[in-house]
Amino acid sequence: MPEALLNNLYIFVLAMFTGFEVITKVPPLLHTPLMSGSNAISGISVVGAIIIVAAATQAVLPGIWGGNTLILVLGVIAVTMGMINVAGGFLVTDRMLEMFKKKPEAN
Amino acid sequence: MDFFTLANLSYLVSAALFIFGLKRLQSPATARSGNFMAAVGMTIAIIVTLLETNFANWQMILVGGIIGALIGSISARAVQMTNMPQMVGIFNGFGGGASALVAISEFLRYLGDPSITMPGDSGVSIILGTLIGAVTFSGSMVAFAKLQNWMTGAPITWPLQKSLNSTLLLSILALGTYVVFFDMNPTVFLVLLGLALVLGVTSVIPIGGADMPVVISLLNSYSGLAAAAAGFVVNNNVLIISGSLVGASGLILTNIMCVGMNRSLANVLFGAVGTADVVAGSVGAGDAAGTVRDVSAEEAGMILAYAKSVIFVPGYGMAVAQAQHAVRELADVLKNRGVDVKYAVHPVAGRMPGHMNVLLAEANVPYDELYDMDDINHAFPTTTVAVVIGANDVVNPAARHDTTSPLYGMPILNVDEAEHIIVLKRSMRAGFAGVENELFFHPKTMMLFGDAKDSVQAMVTEAKSA
Repeated sequence: MPEALLNNLYIFVLAMFTGFEVITKVPPLLHTPLMSGSNAISGISVVGAIIIVAAATQAVLPGIWGGNTLILVLGVIAVTMGMINVAGGFLVTDRMLEMFKKKPEAN
Repeated sequence: MDFFTLANLSYLVSAALFIFGLKRLQSPATARSGNFMAAVGMTIAIIVTLLETNFANWQMILVGGIIGALIGSISARAVQMTNMPQMVGIFNGFGGGASALVAISEFLRYLGDPSITMPGDSGVSIILGTLIGAVTFSGSMVAFAKLQNWMTGAPITWPLQKSLNSTLLLSILALGTYVVFFDMNPTVFLVLLGLALVLGVTSVIPIGGADMPVVISLLNSYSGLAAAAAGFVVNNNVLIISGSLVGASGLILTNIMCVGMNRSLANVLFGAVGTADVVAGSVGAGDAAGTVRDVSAEEAGMILAYAKSVIFVPGYGMAVAQAQHAVRELADVLKNRGVDVKYAVHPVAGRMPGHMNVLLAEANVPYDELYDMDDINHAFPTTTVAVVIGANDVVNPAARHDTTSPLYGMPILNVDEAEHIIVLKRSMRAGFAGVENELFFHPKTMMLFGDAKDSVQAMVTEAKSA
């Protein structure tokens, strides 16, 4: 098995365990913000999209289905989708969490 | 220290911020700062990636980024809290779509450059990324259309459904193996992509509206796994870590939803959820012959005004009627009269995990009055009135004792143990599972028919003057 894949698998499995540990303790009260917040985090694919778009100029490829241009277009769409997730996810989570208030002491 | 090391260390900081951020979601008091920390982690990751790629093609990235950020922030501001399930649903889809496109582009890169051969491990990652991403994308679009009422929320079924889905999945895996290990054929890859998109549709379309909490959670998990797969494709640790965190989060929520509905994950995964035959089978079992006692809103308001303690049990009907603000108003009136008011939230009430809590928080209900099922069930026997607002299956006592009921074994809120029960409902229609609710025929139960918001407002007027 190639070393890179092995390393990736290690990280994947350990991060899954970390996720299980941390997220099991989130109360049902906050499950919707948890979902929208983790949604924003899954927008991290924007990083992959940036790498793809950047690489499309660095390598000059012979044209298959438009070659570079196609990769560029797909990459930019991916950046857009990822950023929708990132911006929308964090903002809507913030909007929701702002609404969760404790009982005012004065009452 | 070279730049590569520095970039990787920054990714590590991002990943740590994501984990810390999620950890702070364990309490409503720290949750907002946690979300902010995660956002900072994301900003770091994006900036470092831009630096690492020497801002190559930055104009294109900027255009895509700005469009995405605009769409995202505008919809985040505009969305109604009732519509959060749709919003999260479609965002799941975008996340999956982005990850799939990353995998597809990487495939195209190998395809377009004959001087490099695609290593087997990259190939496997690319196929998995494409598969999971595409299923998440098309599945989420169907879920969105169902929640948005662009298509029927009822399950759409056809013969041999499960066989079709498993055939699709096996074909995709077979085609993937062929592409990776035998021939990098673009046509075969395209067919694979097409089948994956079809699989997303055929796995979500048979699932009914009230089972959406399970589907949304599962798609949430897929969107994370898709991002992790994209991380394997471009060999990027922060993608793998964030993707797995989200994958784990979605799986936990899926499991909680399954437990809340007393269904196994396998039962959900293979598309048997809420199929037509379940509904048909259960209607016949309905033996709820009995009389229904109805009550006017005025009378109900009076009963509440003179109660010692009241527990509100919200369900999807409250969201549909947008009654949450009226409910809070009623609670305020009652509290001023010295009535003890609590809210009982079932894990699967609404169309997504935690849906009711967000709606009530929006209506300024303090979160310390919101109780989870396990924390409130013991309180019903000492409660004067339980007010059920647009909830049905989650309060059906048949789940406790009727072994023939399809709901049997599902954990429920024991509202029937309260001294009086008032059920707000539009009509006598059965709940999602198609099961008659014996609670409505219970001697202690009073039915208040009509639009939940109107009924609650009428109760407010009455309770005020009482």
